[in-house]
Amino acid sequence: MMMNHAPDDSPEVVQIRKLWTVFKSPEGEQVVHRDLDLSIRRGEVLSLVGGSGTGKTVLLRQILGLEHPSRGEVRVLGRPPGQLGAMGAANVGMLFQHGALFSAFSVLDNIAFPLRELKLLPADLIRDAALVKLQMVGLTPQQAGKSPSDLSGGMIKRVALARALIMDPPLLLLDEPTAGLDPESADGFCDLLRGLHRELGLTVVMVTHDLDTLFDLSSRIAVLADQRVIVAGTARDVIAYPHPFIHEYFLGGRGQRAMEALHEGVAANTAPGDLEAARTHRTER
Amino acid sequence: MPTDLPPTADAPDAERSQPRVDEREQGGSQWGVASGRWTALAMAAPQAWKSLTEQLKMVPPNDDRPWDLRPIEQLDHIGAQLLWNHWRQAWPARLEMDSQHKAVLDQVAQYTCSPPPEPRVTWSDRVRAFIHNGPRMMFVARDFLALIGQLVLDIGRLLKAPHRAPWRDFSGQLYQFGTTALPITALVGLLIGVVLAYLTSQQLRQYGAETFIVNILGLSLIRELGPVLAAVLIAGRSGSAITAQIGVMRVTDELDAMRVMGIPHGFRLVMPRVLALAIAMPLISMWTSMAALFGGMIAADLALDISPAYFLSALPRAVPMSNLWLAMSKSAVFGILIALIGCYFGMKVKPNTESLGRGTTSSVVTSITIVILVDALFAVLFRGIGFRF
Repeated sequence: MMMNHAPDDSPEVVQIRKLWTVFKSPEGEQVVHRDLDLSIRRGEVLSLVGGSGTGKTVLLRQILGLEHPSRGEVRVLGRPPGQLGAMGAANVGMLFQHGALFSAFSVLDNIAFPLRELKLLPADLIRDAALVKLQMVGLTPQQAGKSPSDLSGGMIKRVALARALIMDPPLLLLDEPTAGLDPESADGFCDLLRGLHRELGLTVVMVTHDLDTLFDLSSRIAVLADQRVIVAGTARDVIAYPHPFIHEYFLGGRGQRAMEALHEGVAANTAPGDLEAARTHRTER
Repeated sequence: MPTDLPPTADAPDAERSQPRVDEREQGGSQWGVASGRWTALAMAAPQAWKSLTEQLKMVPPNDDRPWDLRPIEQLDHIGAQLLWNHWRQAWPARLEMDSQHKAVLDQVAQYTCSPPPEPRVTWSDRVRAFIHNGPRMMFVARDFLALIGQLVLDIGRLLKAPHRAPWRDFSGQLYQFGTTALPITALVGLLIGVVLAYLTSQQLRQYGAETFIVNILGLSLIRELGPVLAAVLIAGRSGSAITAQIGVMRVTDELDAMRVMGIPHGFRLVMPRVLALAIAMPLISMWTSMAALFGGMIAADLALDISPAYFLSALPRAVPMSNLWLAMSKSAVFGILIALIGCYFGMKVKPNTESLGRGTTSSVVTSITIVILVDALFAVLFRGIGFRF
């Protein structure tokens, strides 16, 4: 079910103001974001939703400082994201879609890598801290010596999550956290994320296409369409917003099945007509 | 628990919130008192870490020492781990702390464990590894032989149904391996020609045998240096490219996708590359020899006053035509070997990045070694051909 909402007065962890992203190519310019505004408050789990090519991952990369907006401003923890520098791992954790584990290192070395690179803390402290994080994400110490190529998809994600969390960053970004996992692993991973969110007081920003994960974890959903955030709010608010993309996305066949799993009847008391229409539309197909 | 945003590097309270630990007398016992931000971010400043370790040494974890952690502003898992390890991984006799910090410490206490023992390498392991690795040379030879056999079969298939062959790929490879290699091979060849001409001109002048520079340059460049130089360059340039290309296809499962579609790797990947390099290599080798001869000719003109007109007229007399055929056929063999070795190591790449890098290195090193070995073999076998006595 949905998580407790972050109070509206908590400080903003990520601020995005009047952001423009323009990709230039020989064929011409492609505007991905136009005057996009978004702010993410501490303690919330914000999901970015949008069709293919609406620039969800690009936005995530801009929050990380891997890409720079053409115009506008992104501030993470009150600073431009590129300036987090060597201590970046203590400020922002990122779970890449395919894990991005260093294939030359073992599981434990992967998790310990950000700490080791400080060249300051003693080796046994780092090893113990990495072992704690390894078990916090639900793996056993026996798996510490394995190499990433020996791991299953779900385990890779868990190790990558442990690595992202090694320095307890207040902000965690997730790119498709449950993509490519079987339903059971995906549920397990959602439980894990929910538990860590509660225990560590994380702010989570995720891009996901998995509606189960979306409804399961998000405290707020931001929908990207028409090159901006058309609506950001609770699942109920978002579904009630009249826009063709939202209609297609949440009230299409997949969305309905996912929502039937919710016992809230969110859709029923917002748009019964839409539901009927979607249902008949589905049977026609 | 990291409930606050981490301080910026230039925060004015950075000094105040440094992690500290002090000893304090209270109620008849020596309390250990920790304060400040016990987070990885705060401890990662070298000064903060140094002073903290010294303070920790001053407050050793005696059995009966009570601890007061209430002044801690922020505690994360690294800080908690440091405390826990300082306490020799056991709870102190008495502990005062906030409940939210207790949760972090509880987790660390619950999950801290000794690392699983590293498997020791025993003598029997070593013997087994030796037995395993000993015949590995044999496996390599067997696999390589299989690759050559497959190539022969694929060429047979090509001859049977030439319209089915991957001609587009072949012409693309020909362009990649051949045309784009022309500038670099020409430059290297030219410079080697110049250097060789200058070196030999010094010696020849002493004996008054200046005109023999045509024989020396012509024979050595066309027969030996041109083909070997070109082969070494192409091994580094195209051999590595072949291995990386096929290796990346392995990493991204493209090879499996091809096999599932029923498209054989040998016919679609190996054969076009081998054929393209077998054709491109002799041409490049001749091109390199020409560039080297051109360089040598200019250097001879400058150093020994041997005019280009004389050089060109003397060259056919000094170097019999058979040398050119020998060089071309030798180069074709080099090309086939470089492409096959590149494909072999590409196919052997395991689906991880480290293996890809290792495969590419081995491919280049092996092909250069093999090229020089085979060149020596050619030199021995054809020692009676192409010389005029």
